[in-house]
Amino acid sequence: MELTKDEESALKGEQGEIMQMAYRILVATGEATDADKLVPIEWAHLSGVNYNTIGDAGEEFLSSISKEARVKVKTTLNPMGFDIDNVSNYGLDENFISKQLSIRNSYETMGVIPSFSCIPYEIFDIPKVGTQVAFAESNAAIHANSFDNLKTNKESAFSALASALIGKSPYSSLRKDDNPNITIQMKVKNPNELTYGMLGFFAGKVGDTSVNISGLGDMDKRQTKAMCGGMGTSGTCAKFIFGEGNSNCEKIDFDEKEMQNVHDELNTAEKGDIITLGSPQLGLDEISELAGKLKGRSFQKRCMVFLPRTVKEQSTKIGYTTELERAGCEILSDCCTCLSPLINKDSVDAVTTNSIKGAFYLKNSNGVGVNLKPLSQIIEDETR
Amino acid sequence: MKVLVSGKVEGIVLKSKNPINFLGTVDKKMGIISDKNHDLYQKSIKDTVLVFPYGVGSSVGAYTIYSIKSNKTSPLAMICKKADLTVATGCALANIPMITISDEEFSSIKNGMKISFDTDSNQIHYQ
Repeated sequence: MELTKDEESALKGEQGEIMQMAYRILVATGEATDADKLVPIEWAHLSGVNYNTIGDAGEEFLSSISKEARVKVKTTLNPMGFDIDNVSNYGLDENFISKQLSIRNSYETMGVIPSFSCIPYEIFDIPKVGTQVAFAESNAAIHANSFDNLKTNKESAFSALASALIGKSPYSSLRKDDNPNITIQMKVKNPNELTYGMLGFFAGKVGDTSVNISGLGDMDKRQTKAMCGGMGTSGTCAKFIFGEGNSNCEKIDFDEKEMQNVHDELNTAEKGDIITLGSPQLGLDEISELAGKLKGRSFQKRCMVFLPRTVKEQSTKIGYTTELERAGCEILSDCCTCLSPLINKDSVDAVTTNSIKGAFYLKNSNGVGVNLKPLSQIIEDETR
Repeated sequence: MKVLVSGKVEGIVLKSKNPINFLGTVDKKMGIISDKNHDLYQKSIKDTVLVFPYGVGSSVGAYTIYSIKSNKTSPLAMICKKADLTVATGCALANIPMITISDEEFSSIKNGMKISFDTDSNQIHYQ
């Protein structure tokens, strides 16, 4: 990778240890992905926020660099381990809470916007077509590339952080070209959000850095997000391109049989002890739809609803929050179904959800069973 | 050789046939491989030149590499066949020299041999 004089000097340590470390990370990332240079970015979205995932090493590292490091571009942040407003209801241990707060504090000190959301594309304005960004959250990177006309690779926690500190990213892979060698032909009739989530999960397994998808009709926000969430969970693929692709493309069908295979892999329980909605977190449209569906009905079980704080504030103003709480929902901001310490196998055997991403992590990281169903079915079965 | 994280190193090779998942199969304090199914099970990677095909698993594994460096139980350097972002960014963060080499060079490296490389002069020496 070619570096400018200024970049070379930073890599040598002439602009301080933090910049040297950040350049080391971007050079390693660039060499690993065959980049030829660094390009400016306008927005970074960071993962590596939940104490559950980054642990003591992560907490100490962030605390140490935050003494000096400051982000150079708009930088937003993934969910953390709990909602500060109601953390006392969940019996988390003091060590977890204090380490998590230290992580939050370190990011804020560095100038990161404390958005604690995995759907930055829904809660912030989208820059102009073709803008280079660096998104580490997988569903957000896929959404940015496939639906928002932005350009990002599926960044690692460190490459996105280094990009935020430098304001640049290696110019490689999806930032410059995308010629997928596979086309997935959608062959499932009457798809709902669960189908799209499974399609995404399937695409992530068979695709390389991007895939063509054909045979899709119009999708709503929920289906779009489900697809991005599913794809980000299963592979390294970070873009859907809609259409057949060129004639050399290998064609693969996503049909009832493939869908059943994905369902069998992720659905491990016949029913859940609790219900979780929002992985990726829910946006205002989905909250509005949920509030509409719940009119005059109530959940018969605990139902946890995960949404960004900004969406919660809007929902409260409009009155959706009251409607959801009346129907028995627990509303949580700043955190997410995935990798949440709020759901653990000591108290819960299985969870009902409509999220493929949630299902994967609940099963693999939290060790609980998962009962997968579309939202309409969940409301039919679980409310009265 | 391709340089991902530069440096100058001399040490004894610990070679793995299997890829390494740093998240979950490498002990963060001791730098010991804890996966029973791994060919380096119970081996310490501390102060070795760790040679393995590539890293697998979650990118959070990069934090494990940072942890073992902080705990002084990390390898002196890592040599892979293929670059993956977890190992590349983990070594970059922890400032552990890392290079990738060809399949032929990879197969010529044996466990226990002494190896030295200097990324400035692009030279690898085996003894």
